[in-house]
Amino acid sequence: MQLLALQELVHKTRDTRRAQTLPKFPANERDTLIKKYHPDHRESAYRPIKFGPNAGDMTVRELAALLEGESPVPADLDLTPAYTVDVLVVGGGGAGCAAALHAHAHGAKVMLATKLRLGDSNTVMAQGGIQIAITNEDSPVQHFLDTLKGGHMKNDHLLLKTMVEEGPSIAKWLLDLGVLFDRDADGNLHVKKGGGSSKPRLLTCSDYTGLEIMRVLKDEVLNQKIQLLEFSAAVELLSDEQGRCSGAVLQDLDNKRFLPVAAKTVILATGGIGRLHIQGFPTSNHFGATGDALPMSYRLGAKLLQIDTFQYHPTGAVYPEQLVGALVTEGIRSEGGHLVNAKGERFVNELDTRDVVSSSIIRECEEGRGVRTATGRLGVWLDTPLLDVESGPGTLEKHFPAMVRQYKRYGLDITKDPVLIYPTLHYQNGGVQIDVHGESGVPNLFVAGEASGGLHGRNRLMGNSLLDLMVYGKRAGTATATRAQSMSHGRLTLDHLRRFRDEARKHGASLETHSPMLFPDYVRKEA
Amino acid sequence: MDQKAFDSNVLIDQEEVLRPKMVTVEIAGKKYEVPEGITVIKALWYSGQEVIHGVGCLGGYCGACATYYRTKDDPKVRTCLACSTAVEDGMSFSMMAPFPARKATYQMAELKDPKQDLFNLYPEAPMCRNCNACTEACPQGIDVRDGVWKAVFGDFKSVSEMFMDCVMCGLCTPVCIADIAPNLVALYASRAQGAHFMEKPKRLQERIGEIEQGHYTKEWDRILGMNDQELKDVCAAIK
Ligand SMILES: Cc1cc2nc3c(=O)[nH]c(=O)nc-3n(C[C@H](O)[C@H](O)[C@H](O)COP(=O)(O)OP(=O)(O)OC[C@H]3O[C@@H](n4cnc5c(N)ncnc54)[C@H](O)[C@@H]3O)c2cc1C
Ligand code: SF4
Ligand code: SF4
Ligand code: FES
Repeated sequence: MQLLALQELVHKTRDTRRAQTLPKFPANERDTLIKKYHPDHRESAYRPIKFGPNAGDMTVRELAALLEGESPVPADLDLTPAYTVDVLVVGGGGAGCAAALHAHAHGAKVMLATKLRLGDSNTVMAQGGIQIAITNEDSPVQHFLDTLKGGHMKNDHLLLKTMVEEGPSIAKWLLDLGVLFDRDADGNLHVKKGGGSSKPRLLTCSDYTGLEIMRVLKDEVLNQKIQLLEFSAAVELLSDEQGRCSGAVLQDLDNKRFLPVAAKTVILATGGIGRLHIQGFPTSNHFGATGDALPMSYRLGAKLLQIDTFQYHPTGAVYPEQLVGALVTEGIRSEGGHLVNAKGERFVNELDTRDVVSSSIIRECEEGRGVRTATGRLGVWLDTPLLDVESGPGTLEKHFPAMVRQYKRYGLDITKDPVLIYPTLHYQNGGVQIDVHGESGVPNLFVAGEASGGLHGRNRLMGNSLLDLMVYGKRAGTATATRAQSMSHGRLTLDHLRRFRDEARKHGASLETHSPMLFPDYVRKEA
Repeated sequence: MDQKAFDSNVLIDQEEVLRPKMVTVEIAGKKYEVPEGITVIKALWYSGQEVIHGVGCLGGYCGACATYYRTKDDPKVRTCLACSTAVEDGMSFSMMAPFPARKATYQMAELKDPKQDLFNLYPEAPMCRNCNACTEACPQGIDVRDGVWKAVFGDFKSVSEMFMDCVMCGLCTPVCIADIAPNLVALYASRAQGAHFMEKPKRLQERIGEIEQGHYTKEWDRILGMNDQELKDVCAAIK
């Protein structure tokens, strides 16, 4: 078939390309490139938010509709609590599990409610690794500066400093729980170099870092007998007479019943937004990545940050059709994989930041140097066999078993042939504004992980998210447990919802869209 | 950018982007026409079914979508991850219902002799009768049976390496005639390997000490004392 013929060029040009070094983009050219090609700069995809704490701010239309959307909870719902706890953690990914474990360890009565099963999340899919500055050549300060540079200088300094400084103790916590990070021969932790980082700093568990961390944390949540409700989604928050958070309404997804939960504090750890398919992009995210924390906390009055910027991971699969949107790990580029256009040329330093690499790929495709598949998708090549050529046969198989397997399922051998990729919607750079303990602008409402914003600026560096989850999960869990000791439960009301609905009407918002979305609707209606 | 091409991922029923050929599959006993080559989960959606139990990461990592299937004229019932398996004509499948396996609970840090403790926590582990059904059921191609034996013989290191690919789908469990949950045994052994039998990385401990002792305070003061332009210049100079 045609694709096969086209990929011959990748094989043919390999040796020429190996001799080349491509510089990173100088600062001014990089800005021009991003403005022209990055989806964050596509004006027609954006509109101002009509009302609420971020009134007038621009965000993508998909998110704006949800923020202004209608709650599924009726105003007269009986709020007699089905459960009463100190800390309600919403979301069973990395941030949620870390938060629950630390809150529990600090003596709080914790409940963890999650919409799918425990661990079904974005965390479980993280392949690239977790950034922690541990080597002699590296330091937390260097980690801070790299992240700041990657985030276009828009990162919250205090949040960021706290994260990089607590990294090493997080690595120790994970090791003590039994997480198997890759080691060097001398027993020290092995580090790899990630895109946008000046020093090798990525700790990995083969290419299953997220899976390994998630397996262990999940097991630990069960070992600690933390009260767990699966297939139970948070759909609304509760507030006391002063507008502070006092609990949440869950919905049991099996019988659709609403379950009010009284909680001294709530930690939202509901992850990202990929399944909103912003601007029609495919996504690498899990089925439940619908940004639920954003509309829920917005209705309660929390301010959101940097919700106009999203991360499009440079290398999402374009072919075969079954894999569209799935991630091809950045590790392949870290270990020297080239990006190659339809003419067999490299066009960007593969280790530049994600926004730069994504923008360059989009540029190649828009300017006619992309490869088109039978289903009409465009992409460029990622030269995977190059790794075996550079580092010896078996390198891919050994370093990227998950990637090799992902393609083998569909009869493709990435050790022999290159793969076709295009940017895929990957990460929500912004989110709910938090302080250094994870508390939002609304008292007693905490947010941890991808749902929160500020730390990563306008572009998250590879490997920083897993660290964010562990550090801020821990901080939110610890802070909520401590606070629980000196406070009592607030009243349970939906007053904020009445205020929200009034405002919506005043601003002519349609309230047609229901939010949170919970799941994308992929079910085919009629034949 | 070709906007239309991307929207097609959102609506799975836009035929023009899928291979036009339709195939017949049998889902839990009923026949449906679905486009050839879509994943088993997409076939469920295509046939109008809402799936919540059974969908997770959609990327082959979380094990939520454990499924039994059989291909045309083949008597053998096989297993797969529904999010990562393409349908073919004549295939019949149904998702695995949650299986009530027993997970032992333990305080990892407090275990004194983890290799011996295995027999208290999972007394059924040494009862393996070597039927190999677990290995045959594993969609990740792990030699599960061998892993159970390695755990029993205390070779936790090999177990931890062999089960790094385990997505905890649980497909190895209902088939076990000795009531072993091999993945849970392996998870215990892997965690114990990490927590008890690996060297403590020295460099990490030193770095934690450096941070606690304020080794970086001066550098932080210098960096955080900079104005926006100075900080920008420092970052711009990073190679
Ligand atoms: C394919 C992929 C690869 C990645 N690789 C890396 C990497 O190598 N390194 C790195 O640092 N980062 C990586 N990331 C990013 C990182 O994995 C995520 O940002 C991070 O895991 C998010 O963690 P979280 O706990 O905030 O959210 P998640 O892990 O997504 O967990 C959110 C949880 O909340 C639940 N939930 C959602 N809404 C509700 C609701 N309304 N009620 C109840 N529960 C709800 C979900 O079901 C889920 O269990 C990757 C992301 C993806 C998608
Ligand atoms: S070992 Fe068991 S749980 Fe793990 S992937 Fe194989 S079948 Fe699934
Ligand atoms: S299925 Fe059970 S008895 Fe059979 S080999 Fe596996 S662990 Fe042993
Ligand atoms: S949905 Fe996660 S493995 Fe299939």
